Amino acid sequence: MNRGEKTFGILITFGVLFLFWILLSGLFDAFHLIAGVICTGIVTLMSHDLLVKGKDEKFIGKSLRLFCYIPWELWQIVLANIDVAIRVLHPKMPIDPLIIEFETPLRSDFSLVTLANSITLTPGTITISVEPEKGAFRVHAIAKEPADALLLDQTMQKKVAEVFFVEWPGTDQPART
Amino acid sequence: MISIFLISSMLIIFAIFLSLYRATVGPGVFNRTVAVNVIGTKTIGLLVLIGYYTERPEFFDIALLYAMLNFIGTLVFARYLERGELWS
Amino acid sequence: MVIGDVIVTLFLAGGLFFTLVGSIGLLRFPDFYTRLHATGKCDTLGTGLILTGVIIYHLFHYSGTPLVPVRLAFLVFFIFIANPAATHALMKAGYEVGVKPWKLGDERR
Repeated sequence: MNRGEKTFGILITFGVLFLFWILLSGLFDAFHLIAGVICTGIVTLMSHDLLVKGKDEKFIGKSLRLFCYIPWELWQIVLANIDVAIRVLHPKMPIDPLIIEFETPLRSDFSLVTLANSITLTPGTITISVEPEKGAFRVHAIAKEPADALLLDQTMQKKVAEVFFVEWPGTDQPART
Repeated sequence: MISIFLISSMLIIFAIFLSLYRATVGPGVFNRTVAVNVIGTKTIGLLVLIGYYTERPEFFDIALLYAMLNFIGTLVFARYLERGELWS
Repeated sequence: MVIGDVIVTLFLAGGLFFTLVGSIGLLRFPDFYTRLHATGKCDTLGTGLILTGVIIYHLFHYSGTPLVPVRLAFLVFFIFIANPAATHALMKAGYEVGVKPWKLGDERR
């Protein structure tokens, strides 16, 4: 990493850690603020290369799109829990588990983590393992309908690919610049 | 209002006893690990509710700490069960 | 104050319902993987709803310290990220060791 990326990493790490210090302490007199600056400075010098690995392009755009993706995600969480509640409380317990695999064109760490978390929080599916080289996911589904919604419709993968500016092959959805 | 917190705490303790059955009977070590993780998550809610019931809202600091401990403990256990050792 | 109490009671009731459903699922489901389905989703949302109800209660009754709801909101955010990650780690460990999944028609394990 050259100097530009290093400075960017140091600034972002220092900003986030100092924001946490202010949030968790709640006291704004001189002693605590100066102690906060010294402590976050030492921690930033030791570990600034862990949070930001190089400067990705379109950082602001990705953060804004991630912010707009969260309400849809919360609605999916509520639907998932109502689905599980129906399956648990039903007297006949309609479950029929199966394991499926698929591939995606996502390659960066953060996008794979976001998709794995979203699959775990949607109705009826949990991620078993992720392979970073080919973007392959192995998913355990609890019945046939959630597995079909993940494998055939692929709405969730398309939404996450749209957040991270990745082009989805097979459709005419371009990576918007 | 305060008595609603007491009823909620008792219902959470009842749910913890239900998971305790899976922690004792539960063929194998994986089912027991899941039950301990569930008891840890319910304890976070229980700590915050009891803190507000006794009119001392500072208990949520302990809840925050225990949330992090529970998460790290479950991850370390899962890694040990997968590999048979913790590092190298 | 009555409207605040009603909203807090609604959130607490919803959270308690999902928490109890998660524990009942832990007892009723026949296999390790399906039990993880029940607890990984229901427990997270149940605890999140209970903590949201407590945040609203704090905003109504203890308006002197406005930073405490921000820290409780951070706790909710942490639970929504940490619980699915722990669920995924346990499921991956179970799959690598070789725990067999349950198909329709087997007996309970």
